Amino acid sequence: MTQRELASPRAGGPEPSAITRSAIAESRTRSRRSGTGARAPWWFLLPALAVFTLIVVIPSWRGAFYALTNWDGLSPQFDFVGFENFVRVFKDSAAGASILNTMLYAVGVMVVQNFIGLLLALGVNSAIRSRNWLRVLFFAPAVVTPLVVANLWQYILAPEGALNTALRAVGLDFLAQDWLGNAQLALPAIISVVVWQFAGYSMVIFLAGLQSIPEDVYEAASLDGAGSFKTFWNITRPLLAPSMTINLMLSLIGGLKLFDQVLIMTQGGPGSATESLSTIAYKDAFQFQQFGYSTALTLVLTAFVAVASLIQFTLLRRGENK
Amino acid sequence: MKRYTLKTGALEVVMIVVALLFAAPVYVLINTALNSGGVTASLTPVANPSFDNFATAWVSGGLGPAMVNNVVITVVSVFLIVVISASAAYPLARITRTWSKLTFAFFLGGLLIPGLLALIPLYTTFRDLHLIGSIWGLVIIYVGAQMPFSIFLYVQFLRSLPLDFEEAATLDGGSPFRVFWQVVFPLMRPITGTVVILNTIHVWNDFFTPLLYLSGSGTNTIPIAIYSFTGQYVNQWGTIFAALIIGVTPLLIFYFLLQRSIIKGFAGGLKG
Repeated sequence: MTQRELASPRAGGPEPSAITRSAIAESRTRSRRSGTGARAPWWFLLPALAVFTLIVVIPSWRGAFYALTNWDGLSPQFDFVGFENFVRVFKDSAAGASILNTMLYAVGVMVVQNFIGLLLALGVNSAIRSRNWLRVLFFAPAVVTPLVVANLWQYILAPEGALNTALRAVGLDFLAQDWLGNAQLALPAIISVVVWQFAGYSMVIFLAGLQSIPEDVYEAASLDGAGSFKTFWNITRPLLAPSMTINLMLSLIGGLKLFDQVLIMTQGGPGSATESLSTIAYKDAFQFQQFGYSTALTLVLTAFVAVASLIQFTLLRRGENK
Repeated sequence: MKRYTLKTGALEVVMIVVALLFAAPVYVLINTALNSGGVTASLTPVANPSFDNFATAWVSGGLGPAMVNNVVITVVSVFLIVVISASAAYPLARITRTWSKLTFAFFLGGLLIPGLLALIPLYTTFRDLHLIGSIWGLVIIYVGAQMPFSIFLYVQFLRSLPLDFEEAATLDGGSPFRVFWQVVFPLMRPITGTVVILNTIHVWNDFFTPLLYLSGSGTNTIPIAIYSFTGQYVNQWGTIFAALIIGVTPLLIFYFLLQRSIIKGFAGGLKG
């Protein structure tokens, strides 16, 4: 079977890349077609609008309001405190540390996950015989709940865990240590676990991008005598830009919202070395009964996500159109 | 160009070594779960593997009922998500008036809102409606929370779908309702696949929502059963790992059966 046959789905339906391209073309020509769409009944929207408004919009709105109060989450009474909670977010050293950690998680996950994901994609997009097996294997952790992955790695990284046992077995005793108990190493360790789980996810998106690049472009390049690095840099890299945009955005947002893995593996410790905005917001709401303050933290996180994705999207789209 | 050269062979070796390192944690997981007697971490294969840990985990972890709940929650939620988001996407993609664009933007804004914000206000509402501890409460939450992403995928796809079929069906006298479900919806099959897969993974694996909304009710989902189980069996890793394996098996089977279309649909949907 050739690479092209693998790339085209036999189940029918357009290829992803074709969908993307025509979606872009379509949205550009759409304005010329107004009037033809009026047959779609507007009331088809109503169930979605109702359930979305009731479950997401109204409760979030009510939740956001508590950021302006000192509500503890339980008692029937609370006072209106204005922007005091927000001022506290930026004065509180624990919150400051967690904001820094959140940024480290986001950048660390984004860079490492996509670098490894890209290498894996290039590897399994080659003519190697095991490529289909490897694609399935590398993506598998991404379908598993982070809870399970975190529990497994908690054991592997424990002082008497599998990693240290392996290091001692090969005579690298001096490297063995309490990976999650060390304030310097715990955060990189959590990033590594997230990367292990989701590198295959990036790989799959890059792979779709790679497969949408026509073979003849490479044939022309090799006829022109371009080396493999030159081919990658001048052909693959620019044509991979849309996959890169999606991957960078998804991993950045995922990194900013990191929660389950931290809560299971370190509970934010040692000390507050691995605390993220999500984990301190969770603790403030459910352990320390400071619901108002917790909501202010959540809103700060929302602002981070919104601003970061907006900046990134603008920059990357500009890069794509060059 | 894609011939199998010496270089390809070298790459093959490198990739297989990488894959073995990548899969090493899975070996640790299975090996530990099969070890009923030992205490310390051992990397050598268990001498006399036994399934005792699996039996313990299944019975005392209450994984059976949790599994049934997970299946019901996932199937019902994903079905409703598909029906409701597909039909909402139809007018959003086809009507080009300002109100339609604004409504689409309103849904997309939902992608930015962190779930934590709505949790407590929604909790008080659900308590008043007696939906705490009920799997149907969870279903309603998933349907609402997954609207933005699912509608986004459907709208993107619909915009690239030619109008010809719908126009022909309408000329033949089909009502909008029939045109949508009998002509348009079947044409959206590729993206429906993506929507089903992504939502199945999300709903099956979700930990935080059931942690809050089912706690103390005696009703469990798999992630919650595993979570409370790890709390009870601290450091009994063999039993814990058996529970983890049981918990992830249904989704892994789903993945291996559909892996080709999952990998394709996943990437396609996200690129759309």
